[in-house]
Amino acid sequence: MTKERIALALVVVLALLPLLFAAMGESYYLTVATRMMIFGIAALSLDLILGFGGLISLGHAVYLGIGGYAVGILDFYGINNGFVQLGVATLASAGAALFIGAVSLRTSGVFFLMITLAFSQMVYFLAISINSFGGDDGLTLNAHSDLGLNFGNTQVFYYFVLACLAFFLWLSFRVVRSRFGMLLRGMKFNESRMIAIGFPTFRYKLTAFVISGAICGFAGALLANQTLFVSPSIMQWTRSGDLLVMVIAGGMGTIVGPVIGAILFLLLEKVLASFTTYWGALLGMVLIALVLMGKTGLLGSMTKGGRSHG
Amino acid sequence: MSATLLLEQCLNGMQLGIMLFLMSAGLTLVFGIMNLVNLAHGSFYMAGAYLCAFVYASSQSFLLGVIAGLGGALLIGLIAEFLIFRRIYKGDHLDHVLVTFGLTLIFNDLARLIWGPAALFARVPPFLAGQVNIFGLISYPAYRLAIIVVGLAVAALLYGLLRHTRLGMLIRASASNRTMASALGVNVVVLYALVFALGAGLAGLAGLMAGPIFTVIPGMGDNVLILAFVVIVVGGLGSVEGAFCAALVIGLIDTLGRSFMKPLFGLFLERAAADNSAPAIASMLIYILMAVILFFRPQGLFPPKSR
Repeated sequence: MTKERIALALVVVLALLPLLFAAMGESYYLTVATRMMIFGIAALSLDLILGFGGLISLGHAVYLGIGGYAVGILDFYGINNGFVQLGVATLASAGAALFIGAVSLRTSGVFFLMITLAFSQMVYFLAISINSFGGDDGLTLNAHSDLGLNFGNTQVFYYFVLACLAFFLWLSFRVVRSRFGMLLRGMKFNESRMIAIGFPTFRYKLTAFVISGAICGFAGALLANQTLFVSPSIMQWTRSGDLLVMVIAGGMGTIVGPVIGAILFLLLEKVLASFTTYWGALLGMVLIALVLMGKTGLLGSMTKGGRSHG
Repeated sequence: MSATLLLEQCLNGMQLGIMLFLMSAGLTLVFGIMNLVNLAHGSFYMAGAYLCAFVYASSQSFLLGVIAGLGGALLIGLIAEFLIFRRIYKGDHLDHVLVTFGLTLIFNDLARLIWGPAALFARVPPFLAGQVNIFGLISYPAYRLAIIVVGLAVAALLYGLLRHTRLGMLIRASASNRTMASALGVNVVVLYALVFALGAGLAGLAGLMAGPIFTVIPGMGDNVLILAFVVIVVGGLGSVEGAFCAALVIGLIDTLGRSFMKPLFGLFLERAAADNSAPAIASMLIYILMAVILFFRPQGLFPPKSR
């Protein structure tokens, strides 16, 4: 089965899921599933730079925060137009990614990892220190983004998020299959060779970084809409770690893998958390075992060659 | 703002800087020699703080507390190196991130399991509880002064160890070319374990000293860890001297920014605006500094000469 087929199957299953939940009479699951899809979009955006660009960002949750706060702050000033809110959230995240990327992409490897982490921490502390927008306690939204749809209805919101997920899956496959995507992969395997053939690699990496940040910011805006609440904790550094885990568990560089990874991660979180409050330790053990036994990810093992990164 | 307040804040900044140096020395050595990114380094800091506070409270002996904190962090480092870290040195950075992120989660939950989610009270030992008069200018808490003195002494010892002993020579040799050092007969397995334990011990020392000043809670190491990352990135990865300079600069700038940004902004902004924007800018200051330095010198201020 090709990855596109898997993605299509996933979307179809997700589209039918509400019917199942309705039959079970469990409408609460719908909220959980919506959250999974939102994190799926975030994980997918990280996969664009991690799986295809080989850029290990440990600060990706910052865009969730920026997107969420963009919606929250606009709502705070009484601007509820959904097109404005989602647009500003996406653009603000893209802008932040442009700035962060312009500095951090001048370096590589561990430097890159630490700098993205440091920048996300900077925005995290910024959000904590601005008391007008709730500071540490977070900001409660007055209303959902107004797109002419009733986001208060969980079913409507579910299908809206699903449509977004499907769109971003399609978009990512297009990006990855394009000449631009080929360049990214080429740079991942041998950057100096790409420079030698005459490609300005910095510009391409920065573009990918900005696209990825923008998509993640959009996911952040969706997240704010679901909970009607944003707080600094949505961009805590452990959240960035979670996103990395989702991508790797699902399979780097497979686009649809990270979405499944996100769904499984949140499912595991829910299940483990119902048994014990120490589920973080359990997750930690799973992670260590995953690496020591050779990580390929769920879909990574299906694609030939196993380890899909260089 | 008065001169005495400035002096006091400078000392506070130095104290934070010293603490950051103790954290980052181990991180930067471990990176320089084993090429390992260790997100779990903050856990050794946390272990030092918890063990010292706990043993001190139950035995009433500060000395025992220090031994427990320092020795415990060192021992945990040694065990973790033996069980897990030595298996991943050869892996790529993503492996390191995943494993050490997992370890951090485990250590944080372990602290929560043993000592509960609430903060553990860490006491200042009675002989350091008072104030010290410095040059007849200000009176400064003896405990904080002791941190500065201990930190500087450790920094000097570390410098001596790295520059003037055989072990230090081997460490530096492995840092600049580990394959060659190993080919010339250096037992890298033992050396790696030693360096790792040394780093863990230094982090534990920072943690046990930080206990009475900051709160001892699960996850307390994470924020310090990220600051230490900023330090070693600014100082130049793998360079202990660079980490020392960068730690002091960052400690000073962060502390001074937090205390003097508000009055400074008050000079040319309205009071409400200054009150709102000053803390925000102050919290971003060191990251902005990092961005500026990296923009002009992506390899950091004092990169090691040969890699």
